[in-house]
Formats: sequence, structure tokens, C-alpha cells
Amino acid sequence: MARAAQQRSMVSRVVLGSDPVRRAIYIVGMVPAVWYFYAGINNQLGADPLNVLERALGLWALRFLVAGLAITPLRRLGGPNFIRYRRAIGLLAFYYAALHLTTYLVLDQGLDLAAIWADIVKRPYITVGMLAFIVLVPLAVTSNGPSIRRLGARWNSLHRLVYIAAAAGALHFIMLVKVWPLEPLIYAALVAGLLLFRFQAYARKRWAPQPAAKRERTRSAS
Amino acid sequence: MIIRRPPDIRASEITPKSVYLRRREFLGGAAALGVAAALPFGPAWAALTAAKSPFSTDEPQTPLKDVTSYNNFYEFGTDKDDPAKNAHTLTTTPWKIKADGLIDKPAEYDLDDLIKDIALEERIYRMRCVEGWSMVIPWVGIPLASVLKRLEPQSSAKYVAFETLVRPSEMPGQKGLFQALPWPYVEGLRLDEAMHPLTILAIGLYGEKLPNQNGAPVRLVVPWKYGFKSIKSIVRISLTDSQPKISWEVANAREYGFYSNVNPDVSHPRWSQATERRIGGSTGGLGGLFAKRHPTLIFNGYGDQVAKLYDGMDLKKNF
Repeated sequence: MARAAQQRSMVSRVVLGSDPVRRAIYIVGMVPAVWYFYAGINNQLGADPLNVLERALGLWALRFLVAGLAITPLRRLGGPNFIRYRRAIGLLAFYYAALHLTTYLVLDQGLDLAAIWADIVKRPYITVGMLAFIVLVPLAVTSNGPSIRRLGARWNSLHRLVYIAAAAGALHFIMLVKVWPLEPLIYAALVAGLLLFRFQAYARKRWAPQPAAKRERTRSAS
Repeated sequence: MIIRRPPDIRASEITPKSVYLRRREFLGGAAALGVAAALPFGPAWAALTAAKSPFSTDEPQTPLKDVTSYNNFYEFGTDKDDPAKNAHTLTTTPWKIKADGLIDKPAEYDLDDLIKDIALEERIYRMRCVEGWSMVIPWVGIPLASVLKRLEPQSSAKYVAFETLVRPSEMPGQKGLFQALPWPYVEGLRLDEAMHPLTILAIGLYGEKLPNQNGAPVRLVVPWKYGFKSIKSIVRISLTDSQPKISWEVANAREYGFYSNVNPDVSHPRWSQATERRIGGSTGGLGGLFAKRHPTLIFNGYGDQVAKLYDGMDLKKNF
């Protein structure tokens, strides 16, 4: 009984968050998904509804990844501190990635496992997209208080995997277009900028005080 | 707020506009039909009278609204809905086509003169895009062969090259920083492909003149090749003895080849070509979200007619 109650409270914390703003983020964040599914089944997504739905879900996943990655730089650069909403934003990114993947598997490929497997191993953009999703899974699973407490310092290291997910997501977007339209390039630039910010911060902390030791350290780090 | 739209009326249930506009003639019993047929480039509403063709498929046709709202025509933008949004500004009259190269009748022709007295045919063809979707479109056009014969190709001519209009003032995709391709858009066929009876110059679809976003006033349709081979809004036809460098080959030779025959066994380097999504072919309900993929056919199902053109050729190498 106690365990069930604990699980229930954990579910409500994970799914809805414990404060009204967090709850609102989850609810508003899911609006695009609900809208696209609703518009899709009502013939409002144009000539190729599946493609529109699939891309929209993927794009929202990428948007939430970018938003999540922007929180720390925003604070460091003197902006507002949204750190308390980062878990909600990160989980929304995961939910959208999962919906995007499900749409691809079920609606696009009709669960044709042979075709799906061929896509994953032979199509680099699918491989990269799958990589982004797989990387997000352990992050979503450990996006809760007990996991943070249990993992301690390792939690931070684990959650740096989001850098890989965001880079792979942006690359996945670029790789599926035929020419060089602006939109995927903008997302790639945003992700690159946000990752560069981290690299700079890391480089400054690690190397700036002892410039003489730089070469030595670099070698040992590699 | 989302306002639910009533279910779409199927195109086949609507009285064709041409019939509707001529209702008085039908009622009065006036025999003006012949006049309309003699004036294929009359007023904009003029219907095109076209003979049926044994090359037509009887598969369900893609609804007109999908054919005219889901287009790749990068001169008007790279999004699928850009051509329908932007192409209305294109002026298509008068329309000149420069014919040059290895022909005995090089000139700048008025389109009307070039196709005069060639009987219009309706060709209902499958159209397979290299991106993995397909449509079934009732084109109205003439065999390209009949136009090429008028130009009197010389015996040294081996290929035909085509060019699309360059007019940045009317084609927003040809302006600005991000331009998808180098202009003019160039396409080409081997002469035997160009002379094949399946290859047509289309001037209309669904019984009316081509909408601008579909390549008005005249475009190529080569149904056994990926859609991008069917070049739109043609302003130049050149006969050459060397293989033309087509635009997509210039943009990315690893991914797009000169032949670009539809082939489920030759994947695009980044995606499979084994199956396709039939646009507007959703009878599966729920707005087409659950429509099944169709298997893609070799030469887009036109192998009986065209496979012999490629006898002894390695289709994997000559993709």
C-alpha cells in the first residue's frame, strides 16, 4: 500500500511536476502533439499528413532539447533562472522524440520490422535519429528526485549525454533534406552555439589558470 | 480553435468546371464544342479537349487539391506549399521556347505555334517522387516526339536538354541568400527516351490548363523516371551530342544521376526506394494517417514499355 502510494506520487511528480508552473509547462508543452494528431485525423494536415505529423513531432523534440540546453547559458549570462523547469522541458523533449519514433515505426513503416531494421543499419539519418532517441532514454528514466539522490555526482555526468542527443537530433534534421533549406541550419547553429558555450566554460575552468600546462593536459585527456 | 471541415467532396462527384461553364451551350444545344477544342489557349477557363489514351492507368486519381498544393518547384520555394502560395505571379503569356542545338529548324518559337495542330491526349500517369511519395495525375498533353520531329533533329543528335524559366522578379526562389539550386534548372533525356511514346509535354491536368505551380504553361512528363526529371515551365529545348549535366547531378552527383529511373532496388544513398506513400490515396480512414505504403515498381510500373531502352545497362551504376 505504502509502496503504491509512493509510486503514485512519483508518477504524478514525474508526469505533472509539483508546482503549478511546472504543471502548466507539461500541459502547454503537449498541446502541439494533441493538435497535430487531431488535425491529422480530421484531414487538416494537407496532402501528405503523415509526413507533416512525423516532422512536426521531431521538430518539437528538437525545440525542447534546444530550450533545455539554453537554460544554463541564459542564467550564466545574467538572464532569468529557469533551472527548476529544466526537467519538465527535458522530459517533453523525450516525450516528443518517443512520439516521433512511434509515428515512424507504426504509421510510416506499418511496423514492417525488416524495413525498419534495414533503415536503421543502412540509412545514416535514421541511425543518427535512433542514436539520439536511445541516448535520451536513460536521461528520461533518471529524471526524478530518487535517481538524482542515488546517482549523486554521476547523475551530472550521465545527463551530459543530452549534448550527444541534441547534436544527433540536429544532424538527423539536416540529413533528411535534399538541399540546404534555412530551418535545419538554424537548429544546427543553435545546438552548436549552446554546446560551444559549455565547451568554453569547461576550457576556461580547466585550462585558463595554467596556460603552461595546456598541452600536457590535452594529451592526457585524450 | 479548430473548426471541423465537412468531408471533402470527391473530385469525381463534381461537375467538371468546363461542363459547368458551358451549361448554356448544352442547354441551348449550341454546338460550340468544336470552337473550344480549336482554341486550346483561349480564355483561362477554357477546357482542354483531349482524346483518351491506352497508356492511361485506371488507378484512383490523386485529388486535384493535392496535385495543386503539394509541389516541388524550387523556383518558388523549397516547402511543398510554397509553389501554390507563390506561383500566381508568374506570367505565362506570351511564352517563348528557344529551340537550338543539333536541329534543322532552330528558332525562338511561340509555344502555341510549336504545338499547333498536334492532337491533345489525356494521359493518366503514376508520378513517383524521389522523396518516396507518389500521385496519379490525369495530364493533358502531346507526345514530345511530335514536337521534336518539327524541330528536325540532325543525325548527330543524341540527347535533349531542357531549361526552366529564370525570372527572379516572378520566382521568389531565385532571389535572396538561400537559393536551393543553380539556375536555370536543367534536365535532359537520351534521344530515344525523349522520342518514346510515353514521354509527353503536358499543358494541362484534370482537363484544364496547367496551374502555375504545376509547371505552366508547358512541362515535361516522363512517368517511368523520378518526378524531378519532369522539368517544369520549359523555355529552352536543345539537342546535343553529349549528355547534359542536369541540375540535381550538379547539386549532388552522388545522390542523383542522369537516368533516375524509378527503381525499388536502387536505394537513394540516404533512404530506401522500395516503397512509396500514395498522396491522397487514403481510403484507410483517419485522414490518411493510417494509409499503407505501396510497393514501388521497377520503372514505376512502365517496364513493359520502356525496359528495352536499357537492355544490357547496369541500372545500379547508371542510376
